Amino acid sequence: MASIDITDVRKAYGSTKILHGVDLTIKDGEFVVLVGPSGCGKSTLLRMIAGLEDISSGEIRIGGRIVNDLDPKDRDIAMVFQSYALYPHMTVADNMSYSLRLRKTAKEKIASAISGAAAKLSLTPLMERRPKALSGGQRQRVAMGRAIVRSPKAFLFDEPLSNLDARLREHMRGEIKKLHQDLGATSIYVTHDQIEAMTLADRIVAMNAGLVQQVGSPLDLYDRPANLFVAGFMGSPAMNMFEGTYRAANGGTVELAQGVVVPLAGPAPTADGTKLTLGIRPEHVLVGKTGLEGIQALIDLVEPTGFGTILHASAFGADVKAFSLERGVAVRGDTVSVSFPVERIHLFDTATGSRIG
Amino acid sequence: MIRPKRLGMTIAHRAAILVYVAFALFPLYWLVKVSVTPNDLLYSEGVKMWPSRATLDHFAFVLEHSDFPLFFRNSMIVSVSTAFIVTILSSIGGYALSRFTFRGKFWIVGLMLLTQMFPLVMLIAPIFKMLSPLGLTNSLSGLILVYVAFNVPFATFLMQSFFDGIPKDLEEAAMIDGATRFMAFRQIILPLTLPGMAATLGFVFTAAWSELLFALMLISGVDASTFPVGLLSFVSKFSVDFGQMMAAGVLALIPACIFFLLIQRYLVQGLTAGAVKG
Repeated sequence: MASIDITDVRKAYGSTKILHGVDLTIKDGEFVVLVGPSGCGKSTLLRMIAGLEDISSGEIRIGGRIVNDLDPKDRDIAMVFQSYALYPHMTVADNMSYSLRLRKTAKEKIASAISGAAAKLSLTPLMERRPKALSGGQRQRVAMGRAIVRSPKAFLFDEPLSNLDARLREHMRGEIKKLHQDLGATSIYVTHDQIEAMTLADRIVAMNAGLVQQVGSPLDLYDRPANLFVAGFMGSPAMNMFEGTYRAANGGTVELAQGVVVPLAGPAPTADGTKLTLGIRPEHVLVGKTGLEGIQALIDLVEPTGFGTILHASAFGADVKAFSLERGVAVRGDTVSVSFPVERIHLFDTATGSRIG
Repeated sequence: MIRPKRLGMTIAHRAAILVYVAFALFPLYWLVKVSVTPNDLLYSEGVKMWPSRATLDHFAFVLEHSDFPLFFRNSMIVSVSTAFIVTILSSIGGYALSRFTFRGKFWIVGLMLLTQMFPLVMLIAPIFKMLSPLGLTNSLSGLILVYVAFNVPFATFLMQSFFDGIPKDLEEAAMIDGATRFMAFRQIILPLTLPGMAATLGFVFTAAWSELLFALMLISGVDASTFPVGLLSFVSKFSVDFGQMMAAGVLALIPACIFFLLIQRYLVQGLTAGAVKG
């Protein structure tokens, strides 16, 4: 096990810049998830840590040792690929023992290592099969088994669950988390799925356009997103965002379109007249009968999820999404009143995108 | 119960295939037929599907009294060497083209394509001019050299497409598992490319086996003649000995058939299934 230190790492292909200077420290035994939309550079960063991509500038250390110029084989890391990358001409047992055989590990040690890993991943009855004869979930487990047999310094996961169907993905997510709790191995996990990020991570690194947007615990990112990107990326259904203007009078309010004024908990640390974006998560939007205090809204669409109901309403020329655990809150065509509890409101500077307060 | 319309379609489909196969194989049949027809019946019986009396005399004569065994040996040496050299070179080249970006790649690929654009006849004189001072005319090594040169570009593109079909993830996984790039190539990629290599081997072998033009132009002595050139020796000034020529032809088919029997199991693709995704 080891810590991983990334210092001002950049990547460019010719004149195309992919990563614009990433700084990150991953503690020994920590589970860090790199999350972001496709093309944000998260996979590139992971591949640079693995040694599959050159580092254009900056420094990567694994366990204190600079690995910039080390071949992947000398970095002592294991990686699980999105495609699993199982060797098709080898049995499950051979797939799992390949790395140990390359290191000329003693036969008895190999046998005990792979049988241990197989037991942990319930692969024991499949050891003599070839990858072709396995289901998607089984292949996924073999790929994990191949990674854990040799207790590497760190595990790298490159979207390992993307090829599985939803139910299996949920199951494997749990397995990975359990495995991490068992082994306590330093892990870096790349995904574009914010649910995976939320559920698995000790810390999340949200990335966009080659830059780290925010680093923090999952609930940190959810409760206090540092900017508009993180606010919009984390959470499903996504956060409501309304553009407006800050008014310092009356203890601080935001003036939205059509003269709708939303009171704030207190004065915001910004100048009167600043253009800002008000964000509120759908589950925090209160929906009530008309006549109550709030903003008049017309229900356009009702999406029952079973678990709750997603309501789309139009008010002050915008689409307001609300999520309610109750059923039958409203039907299409209803006029309701929506309100935004002051303690749940996020404010962002529209020009810079950064959080205010 | 098969519906009549469906049945009709199936019959038509099979019949069409049958017609095609008959058309493609008929010359082969005729080759065998002539090779077992005694000389005195060849012209006297008219067009018959099988002679009234069959004989193996032509085969016996070709094997015992002609230079055919020598031609045969020469052809084997040339074709097998060419096939193996080309397959090794094109595997290495194809892998490089498939996996690496390097300076001048575009131009190298362009030049390789360019070599495929000329009719070979145009190149005979310059090649002869080049090989003759080197003592490589009238020699099997010279012939191998020329065949290798002409087959490598196409074979390289062929191998490149096979390597392109193998996911890069596999060798990256191997490299993370502790292999060098060359080990990953040898232990992971190469076994998966065997079908491709077999196809290349077979393709180049047949090309070299049946090549006539260069063999005819670069070789003048009987000692270094390959069998396509040797076949011409059955044509004399006043007559063509069809029986012996066809017998030699039948014999020449045997190694090609054996060769494909040996490699056919690798030609069946599907080894990479299950490598990635589900």
